[in-house]
Amino acid sequence: MVENRPYRNFLAYLVLTIGIVIVAFPVYLAILASTFDAGTIANGNMPLLPGDQAVTNYTRTIFEGASRTSREPVGGMMLNSFIMAMGIAVGKILISILSAFAVVYFNFPFRKTAFWVIFITLMLPVEVRIYPTYKIVADLGLLDTYTGLVLPLIASATGTLLFRQFFMTIPDELLEASKIDGAGAFRFFKDTLIPLSITTIAALFVIQFIYGWNQYLWPLLITTKSSMQTIVIGIKKMITTQDALTEWQIAMTTAVLAMIPPVLVVIFMQRLFVKGLVETEK
Amino acid sequence: MEKRALFSSKILPYALLLPQLAITIIFFYWPASQAVWQSFLMEDAFGLTSEFVGFENYRALFAQPEYYRAMVTTAVFSTAVALLSLSCALLLATQADKQLRFAHGYKTLLIWPYAVAPAIAGVLWIFMFHPTLGTLARPIKGLGIDWNPMLNANHAMILLVLSATWKQISYNFLFFLAGLQSIPKSVIEAAAIDGSGPVRRFWTIIFPLLSPTTFFLIVVNIVYVFFDTFGIIDAVTGGGPAGQTTTLVYKVYADGRLGGDLGGSAAQSVILMVIVIALTAIQFKYVERKVQY
Repeated sequence: MVENRPYRNFLAYLVLTIGIVIVAFPVYLAILASTFDAGTIANGNMPLLPGDQAVTNYTRTIFEGASRTSREPVGGMMLNSFIMAMGIAVGKILISILSAFAVVYFNFPFRKTAFWVIFITLMLPVEVRIYPTYKIVADLGLLDTYTGLVLPLIASATGTLLFRQFFMTIPDELLEASKIDGAGAFRFFKDTLIPLSITTIAALFVIQFIYGWNQYLWPLLITTKSSMQTIVIGIKKMITTQDALTEWQIAMTTAVLAMIPPVLVVIFMQRLFVKGLVETEK
Repeated sequence: MEKRALFSSKILPYALLLPQLAITIIFFYWPASQAVWQSFLMEDAFGLTSEFVGFENYRALFAQPEYYRAMVTTAVFSTAVALLSLSCALLLATQADKQLRFAHGYKTLLIWPYAVAPAIAGVLWIFMFHPTLGTLARPIKGLGIDWNPMLNANHAMILLVLSATWKQISYNFLFFLAGLQSIPKSVIEAAAIDGSGPVRRFWTIIFPLLSPTTFFLIVVNIVYVFFDTFGIIDAVTGGGPAGQTTTLVYKVYADGRLGGDLGGSAAQSVILMVIVIALTAIQFKYVERKVQY
C-alpha cells in the first residue's frame, strides 16, 4: 500500500460493509420468511427479526412439501439434486481426465482432430440445442432418469482443457523416469498423474458440483414425474401466479434449503473454488 | 507445446477418448446438427410430416415483431447487467485490494452468491419486491410509485436486472480482485512518488492495466445474460408481462414448448449458435488465452 491514511481505510470498510449487507439482504429475508407462518408473511408486514415457526416449516418442507401446489417432499428433491450434481461432477472428471491423458501423452493419428472435436463444445451451452437434445434423450428412453439428467450435461470441453493445461506443466522428466523404471501407460497414469492432479480434480469437482446442483432448464424439460424433480425446479412450481395458492413460508424454506449445499461448498472450499473458477475460464 | 516423451499404442488412446467422444457426438454434435436441419423444415399442424422449406423459417422469424422485441430486450438486459455488475464489482474489488483487517472474511462474504442457482436468485428477489407482500415493495409504494413487476414491463425488467446483477457481482469481483493483485506494486509506488493521487493513479494506471480482465469479463457477462439468466427470467417474470421480458433464449424455449413451433425454434437456436460462436471468437482474438494448438 502506498499511502495508509486512516480515513481512506475507513471508507474501504464502509463500502465493503454496505456491499456485504446488500448482497446478504435477500437471503436474510428468505431465512426470516422460513421462520414465520403463512399469515404473517401474507399480510405484507413481515417483522425483521426471526419468528418461532422455523421447526414446523423445515420439518413440513423436508418431509411433506407444499400442500396446495406440488405435494412432493423437498427432502426427496434434495436427494435428486445431490445425485444429479454428483453424477455431473464425477462423470465430467472421469471422462475428461481420460481424454486429456490421451491427447497429451499419446501420439496417434487424428490427435489434433480429436482435440478440436472436443474443444468446439466449449462454445455452445445446452440452452441453444435443447429440443433436439430432448428428442434424443426421449428416443433413448432416458426421460425421468438420472442418466438422462446427467449425461447430456457432461458433454463439454471445460474439464478436458483444464487437465490438458495442467498435464502440460508436468515436467517430461517424470515420464522419462517412470519409463526407465518400466512403468507402462496405466501405471504412469495411476501412480504419477493422478496423485499430481489431486488439487485440480478437487477444484473441478467443486465447480461442477455447484454447476450441477443449480441446473434449471434441462431438468425442467426432461423430468415429468414429480418424484424426479430437483429442488431448483420444485421451488419454481411452488410459486404460482395465483397468489392465493403460493405458500410463501414453504417456498422460502425450500429456497434456503436449496442454497445451503452449494453455498457451504463455496465457503468451506474457497481456495479450491477460486482455483477452479479461474482456471476453467482462462 | 508438445511433450517430448510420449507413449505409443495403437488402441489405448482411442479407448481413453471413447467415453468423451461418444457423449459429445450423441449429445452435442447430433442435436446441434439436428437443430440446423430442423431449421430448414416445416411441420404440418399435427407434427406428422415435415417438408423442406429452405430459409422459410428464418424469413418468418425476421418478419415477426416479437423477434425484434426479444433482440432489443436481450440487448437492454445484457448491457444493463454488464454495466451495473462490473462497476459494483470493480468498486468492491478496489476496496478489498487495500490492506485491511479481515480482508479474507470480506472476500468470503462477497463471493458466496455465485453458488446460488439463478432460479433461486429470482425467487429471492421476487419475494423481496412482491407487489403485495414484498418487504421492499412497501417503501417504493410509499413513494407514490405503483410498483408492480407482474403488470408493468419496466418494473419487471428492473427486477430482472437487479437479480441477475446480484448473482454476477461475486464472479466479477473475484476476477477484478485477482487482476488488481497482479498489478506490480512498484508501478503504483512510482506514480505515487511522482505525486499522483489515488484517483489519478486509478484512472491512468490501474484501470488501463486491468483492461484485459475488464474485456474478458464483458464477454463472459454477455454470455451469462444470454444463457444463464434463463432460470431468473422463468422464476421472476416467465417472459411476461405480455412477452415483454422474453429474451432470445427464453423465446427458443417458449416457442418450442408452448408454441410447438419446432422449425422456428430451431432457426432461433441456429442464430444463437452463430452469436455465441462470434462472441467466443472475439474473446479468443482479443483476450489472452492459454490454450494453444
